[in-house]
Amino acid sequence: MDFAIHTQNIGRIYKIRGGKKSEPKELVALHDVDLQVQRGELFGLLGPNGAGKTTLIKILTTLLGPSSGLATVAGFDVVKEPEKVRARINMVSGGESSGYGLLTVRENLWMFSQFYGIPTPVANARIKHLLEVVGLQDRANAKSSDLSTGLRQKMNIVRGFMTDPDVLFLDEPTLGLDVGASREVRHFIRSWVDENPSRTLLLTTHYMVEADELCDRVAIINQGRVLACDSPTNLKRHLQQEAIFRLEVSPLNGLGVEAFQNLTGVHKVTHSPQDGFAVLQFILAEEQALAAVVNVMAANNIRILNLQKCEPTLEDVFVYLVGQSMEEVERSGE
Amino acid sequence: MENKTLSMENLPRVPKNTGWRLFIQTVIARAYPRLIGQQREKSWMFFDIFLPMMGVAAYVFVYRAIQAPEDYIGFVVVGGAMTAFWLNVLWSMSSQLYWEKEQGNLALFIMAPNSMMAILLGMALGGMVATTLRALAIMILGSLMFQVHYAVGSFGQLVMVFLLAMTALYGMGMMAASLFLLLSREAWHISNLAQEPVYLISGFYFPIKSFNFWVAAAASVIPLTLGLDAMRQLVFLSGPSLGFLSVPLEIGILVALCIVFLVGARYLLAYMERLAIREGRLTESRR
Repeated sequence: MDFAIHTQNIGRIYKIRGGKKSEPKELVALHDVDLQVQRGELFGLLGPNGAGKTTLIKILTTLLGPSSGLATVAGFDVVKEPEKVRARINMVSGGESSGYGLLTVRENLWMFSQFYGIPTPVANARIKHLLEVVGLQDRANAKSSDLSTGLRQKMNIVRGFMTDPDVLFLDEPTLGLDVGASREVRHFIRSWVDENPSRTLLLTTHYMVEADELCDRVAIINQGRVLACDSPTNLKRHLQQEAIFRLEVSPLNGLGVEAFQNLTGVHKVTHSPQDGFAVLQFILAEEQALAAVVNVMAANNIRILNLQKCEPTLEDVFVYLVGQSMEEVERSGE
Repeated sequence: MENKTLSMENLPRVPKNTGWRLFIQTVIARAYPRLIGQQREKSWMFFDIFLPMMGVAAYVFVYRAIQAPEDYIGFVVVGGAMTAFWLNVLWSMSSQLYWEKEQGNLALFIMAPNSMMAILLGMALGGMVATTLRALAIMILGSLMFQVHYAVGSFGQLVMVFLLAMTALYGMGMMAASLFLLLSREAWHISNLAQEPVYLISGFYFPIKSFNFWVAAAASVIPLTLGLDAMRQLVFLSGPSLGFLSVPLEIGILVALCIVFLVGARYLLAYMERLAIREGRLTESRR
């Protein structure tokens, strides 16, 4: 089959230099990653910060060599034929500050278009059109240093789409954007893929809703390993048999989640301390297991402030696979 | 984003040039920020003309006080103008790839299908044209203020020496850009370290013939040294008597330096790119 992106046992090890006398340490960022992304697919890589998503994107965009394995993009080997890959891809990262602050939005975009060999009249027409699409036409002649984070990200998005790549990589494209701007960006991304079946988009995100809303298929990645890869619906279907409850409770006052984890029928528990209360999320084998949970709370003087039965989300799938929420993984990583 | 204009279906597939057309487009595009930046940030007139003029004036007054030959005043003005190129190569060429990396541009440059040599060449050409304006301003202002008299023997040779010196100098800057990228955060310190010694050994404010032969020969590795020496020989009456080597020989050495630095830049850039991709240094802090 003709895949837009294909990786086989891709691995990446960083050597971290210690002091003068100490041996360099090795950090495994990716471990035997196998992925097949079909043409026309909007594919998501979902995982916490430090999971290996950005490392994988860097390998696929020829910016980083893999330590092991093979990867092809648009049919070309990223190590042996980087020039052919580069002619067919583009990438936008969330929070990037590329370009030059002295140049206007239009000038920055024109400059990047030239690096792809787009003739100036064609580039200008596309820049004009895309600036209208993202609602940035009024700021076309503003210096890019004068743009807010959200507007700058819109400019970056135009930069990525302007070259009409076969495969587009978006690394946390809505990072730092407000809710409204994020929604607009997501809508635009989905439309771009839907318009032309030859376009492929790989998106990394640690926002579950974003992956759920946008992606045809999602790979859940943690500590450099792909834990599951399927459509969001199929991934969530694995949890249809379980009962998922979200409880807002008074602070646990030193009581660990182990007190709940050992109860019969409790598959997973996550704990997220908030200001003045705590959020506990339970994946239970069946609803009846909740009674034992409530009893433990009562015995420890923990008041239930709110109780909600939830439909499974990708967050729950992640908890089910990893045993911790993304937030907990990121906290423990810090 | 406006949904009614969302569709891009009406836009044709994007034609993309490759080969030498792409190379030239890249050179022009990367030179553009340097040229337009000069027009938008007028502060350079103070920092790049007024401040260097103070250094030039100091030497002029010293030479006048000790009643040095009048051509020495011209030597200082020409040297002062040429310092603009050295500062440009040091701060805006050599360190540039490092700054581009910090800003996030380097990854985009490398990920695009263009040649990195074209990016460096664009930086060099843009810097050269912009700096020529600054150098001319210093030269005209200095010549008027201190009444410098020129006696140009051969315009052809003068232009050739200038172009060769610039090619070799910016070729050296392109080579240094790759080196500085590998040295990462130390780039800033190296630029600081290199600035003043080069002022001294390149003879910006005096003829390098004043040095011992071997010191002058070693200093000739920096293309400005021989370029400046040859230009002074070509524009001042006493120039030939104060020159280090003959002009034809200096032209020959400058040609050799052009080749060495440009070829070196190409190979070093390719090596840097391979190493950076292997070690993951293009977008991250040193690991």
